[in-house]
Amino acid sequence: MTDRFTAPDYYWIDELLTEEQKLVRNSVREWVKKEISPIIEQAAQKAEFPKHLIKGLAHIGAFGPYLPQQYGGGGLDQVSYGLIMQELERGDSGIRSTASVQSSLVMYPIYTYGSEGQRKKYLPKLATGEWMGCFGLTEPDFGSNPSGMLSNFKDKGDHVILNGSKMWISNAPFADVAVVWAKDEKGEINGLILERGMKGFTTPETHGKWSLRASATGELVFDNVKVPKENIFPNVKGLKGPLGCLNSARYGISWGAVGAAMDCYDSALRYSKERIQFGKPIGAFQLTQKKLAEMITEITKAQLLCWRLGVLKNENRATPAQISLAKRNNVNMALEIAREARQIHGGMGITGEYPIMRHMMNLESVITYEGTHDIHLLITGMDVTGISAFE
Amino acid sequence: MKILVCISHVPDTTTKINFTPDNKSLITQGVQFIINPYDEIALTRALELTEKSGGSVTVINVGEATTEPTLRKALAIGAADAVRINAQPREAFFVATQIAEYIKKTPYDLILCGRESIDFNSGTVPSMVAEMLGIPSVAISKTIQVENGKAVIEREIEGGKEVIECALPLIAGCSESVAEPRIPNMRGIMSARTKPLVVVEPVQTETFTKVAGYDKPAPRSSVKLVDAAEPGKLLELLHTEKKVI
Repeated sequence: MTDRFTAPDYYWIDELLTEEQKLVRNSVREWVKKEISPIIEQAAQKAEFPKHLIKGLAHIGAFGPYLPQQYGGGGLDQVSYGLIMQELERGDSGIRSTASVQSSLVMYPIYTYGSEGQRKKYLPKLATGEWMGCFGLTEPDFGSNPSGMLSNFKDKGDHVILNGSKMWISNAPFADVAVVWAKDEKGEINGLILERGMKGFTTPETHGKWSLRASATGELVFDNVKVPKENIFPNVKGLKGPLGCLNSARYGISWGAVGAAMDCYDSALRYSKERIQFGKPIGAFQLTQKKLAEMITEITKAQLLCWRLGVLKNENRATPAQISLAKRNNVNMALEIAREARQIHGGMGITGEYPIMRHMMNLESVITYEGTHDIHLLITGMDVTGISAFE
Repeated sequence: MKILVCISHVPDTTTKINFTPDNKSLITQGVQFIINPYDEIALTRALELTEKSGGSVTVINVGEATTEPTLRKALAIGAADAVRINAQPREAFFVATQIAEYIKKTPYDLILCGRESIDFNSGTVPSMVAEMLGIPSVAISKTIQVENGKAVIEREIEGGKEVIECALPLIAGCSESVAEPRIPNMRGIMSARTKPLVVVEPVQTETFTKVAGYDKPAPRSSVKLVDAAEPGKLLELLHTEKKVI
């Protein structure tokens, strides 16, 4: 089906964007219409990651857009990065996830915590998509509580021996590089860069997902993996390392969710004008108008939240708690809109003729990964009261 | 080879068109402007030709400062530099005069345009520029090759195609089949920041047309289905109701 998407901009938020930001956004929007929309439904139905898109994602600049150009990044600002994530997720959350992981969870930590040698070795190849990366933090028994992780390594002179496992890892099945978080002998969390082919390092795929079906998810298993010491990040220790990456990724997700919501709203609005019942379009009925009016209200609020957060990020002032608020609000907003849009589409809403169910199922992952809906609420709660309710 | 590509700044194809109360101009609030899609094809072909045989691509637009984002996009796609003739593009003759006067001072080997712009669709600027410069023009090209200093162009004709060989300089209007438009990437967008965009003041010229008013087409009426077993009824409707036969 032809992608007839028209982006809603109820408050003329485009006027808040620079011409360059709009050009970035429009270029990715055009690329999504041309490359993602025609193939994504089939990829999701077959539960296959469309690997051929990697080259195009790299070419348009979706990998490391805000990192400096000398390392292969785009040198763009944070609002542009957010807009790229919005447009990719308008296509599909799975594709956005692949780009988020590559940019914010692999390239960002290598750039921020890595040595110059690590930056030069990995970043240019990750930017061109020649190498794909994944990020290992979550473990089978440690999701919301990553500091309890069991993965660990022991010092053996010029190298370390890594043991443990990670779960729910986007890009794992095909990644060439993994940024892995594990404890040293003192129990401190360190970041290590693993490469495919290291003996004892395997990445079994997770099958049977009902969500992010067009994205590959897997485990990382470390069985006495010998990792050279030069692969350990020299510039970070403790949970602040992985949390720094998650801040960047969660920021991108807050924009991405707006993209998914925009697609659901746009489809529902069009359908409501075309579908005739009782002799008139269903968009003429008050109950449908209520749904659509509430959708555009929530999308507009989320767009403004993202834009403001992007400006704060550009000024290096966005706090982790502000990012939590945006991630939690926007993903929940998108999921609610997907559900309401599904109702407007009636029975057609459950088919692959429309993107609604795919977005809805994807968002069930997005509301859980990178900090669950509830955990982000507790972060906001802690931020406003000064009291932690985590333990 | 030096190629000049003429760029029009037009409303996006999905724009809902509304006019001011006097019906004399478009309401631009909320309208997204884009490079005229046929001009984007011309630009892509120009880039392909220079990538193959060397040279440079310049883009030119007759427009006010609001059209600069459109020129920046052309630079992001790959043009080396841009020229903006600082004037409102009042009508085709005015635009053609401005472009021709610029080319007289800065000659090019090949000038590519879209076959028409998708706002006013007159498709007359390329031929007017050619006439003003006294150079050959091909109004609607299907393919454009340049070999040994000559252009070989396939042109649409009624019921077929015509292959034309023509010496340079030449001006050609490009249709869909000339090239597949390119989407700018981040690297291109970043490099467009520093590429030259020169603003040139317009020459004085007459205009021969003025807008009397715009009207939207009448809304499409509903479809009337005629049973396949009753072709006579169709003929009767076409004759008596629609009065087309």
